[in-house]
Amino acid sequence: MKEKICVIIGASHAGVNLAFSLRKEGWEGNIQLFDSDPVLPYHRPPLSKAYLTSDDPIESNALKAIESYKKENIDLHLGIKVTSINRDKKSITLSNDDEFLYDKLVIATGASPIIPPIPGIDTAKNLFALRTAEDVLNIKKAILNTSSKRAVVIGAGYIGLETAASLKKLGASVIILEREERILQRVTSPVMSDFFQDIHAKNDVDIFTSKNVIEIETNDKINTIKCSDGTSYTADLIIVGVGVRVNKQLAESIGIEIKNGITVSETTATNIEDIYAIGDCSFHFNPRYNRFIRLESVQNAVDQAKVCAAAISGKSPIYDSIPWFWSDQYDIKLQMVGLSEGYDDIIVRHEEGEGIKFSVWYFKGNELLAVDAVNNAKAYVIGTKFIKKSTIIDKTKLKDPKEALKPVNLLIK
Amino acid sequence: MAKITFITTNNEEITLEATTGSVMELAVQNNIKGIDGDCGGVCSCATCHVHVKEEDFEKVGAPSEIEADMLELEDEVSDYSRLCCQIKVSDAIDGVTLKVVEE
Repeated sequence: MKEKICVIIGASHAGVNLAFSLRKEGWEGNIQLFDSDPVLPYHRPPLSKAYLTSDDPIESNALKAIESYKKENIDLHLGIKVTSINRDKKSITLSNDDEFLYDKLVIATGASPIIPPIPGIDTAKNLFALRTAEDVLNIKKAILNTSSKRAVVIGAGYIGLETAASLKKLGASVIILEREERILQRVTSPVMSDFFQDIHAKNDVDIFTSKNVIEIETNDKINTIKCSDGTSYTADLIIVGVGVRVNKQLAESIGIEIKNGITVSETTATNIEDIYAIGDCSFHFNPRYNRFIRLESVQNAVDQAKVCAAAISGKSPIYDSIPWFWSDQYDIKLQMVGLSEGYDDIIVRHEEGEGIKFSVWYFKGNELLAVDAVNNAKAYVIGTKFIKKSTIIDKTKLKDPKEALKPVNLLIK
Repeated sequence: MAKITFITTNNEEITLEATTGSVMELAVQNNIKGIDGDCGGVCSCATCHVHVKEEDFEKVGAPSEIEADMLELEDEVSDYSRLCCQIKVSDAIDGVTLKVVEE
């Protein structure tokens, strides 16, 4: 019998984990893994955090050692772009015109940073997004090559805030410009926005909100960023962190259903037979929250990879993970579990006498939707358990810092 | 330099040598089954759970508060549990044996 072939487009957290998960599931066929990024697949979350501020080589950040791919018989093709899919022939074509046939195809193409169409943005000096290892190398180089080290970050989402904290550590002066009225507006509650605004202020990072950048003027390597309210900011280095766009072109071109991402079933299958989509690019149903969502996270990439590997191996798995995320800024460790959207009640619980250590609990009625835990892994872990089991907890006790944070103390007796 | 022995859930015994980095990095670089290290080693995911061999536990040391809290996520937590991204490779842990918890 001819050996079956699984082609995976995209070798980041989702694609790489899928390749290895397929072997774990016992898939004996051929695995062809492609990515246009030439660097051995690496962890992305540290890019804006530890990796930006350390001198470690990118290899220390690798998802898997190169030998592991060989050992598991995974053919890794880096620095080459997949240019088209032929669904009738069941093949893909590469930028060098090579063609690969597939029995199963997995789209793990992720997302790309949005570079907004601001006049002058194309000619700005030292302007970078932060998504790839190359971006980080360019940012480090730019910081080293300017003496005044004035950095402006456009966009106060997690990437923007983490990058700001890291740039500060590298000795830059940092300003963050956010278009919305508060930072992290799209992703978290006002409580968390206020907290992070304050933390950055304490670390001498100036955050300005309601700032709509309308033009960037560049003279003699110095950028002037102009806002609609008449203010302007000088920058030797500009980081753009205003969100991402799903890399959906390949899927779209062959008629795969696209909504806020590539629509997939609970087994990560698309509407076209033998084609799957996983990771940041997938628009999937979450049974716990009873709606379709798209997530930009390692957890989602890894868990969907496992589900997809099981599905390709002939099982009938269901993707029903509770989403979780983390962010590290300065000495703050934020751990988030669940999705808070739609909450109508919020409880902020500070632990007594322990510096910055608190948690924010989001409810819809009595139902616990999500927990944000700041320097408080215990709250994160307990929140995770409660959300998984849909446990109803005693809000009065939760509010009381004298009640120790233990599951048994928070149950309704 | 430290020699570290991993025992996987299918009772495979693998001894590795290293001088720097974390035990999780060593395991991932050498494709030890059951050590995933999904978060890259920042004590956020609990996918590098090991049980330290009882007689080696003193050498390796007890988990920090945050690590102990994260371990509470795990079903098979024991008195000898550690998240091995939080164990630094050094001469001090030469010769220890770690039992991998996940498959």
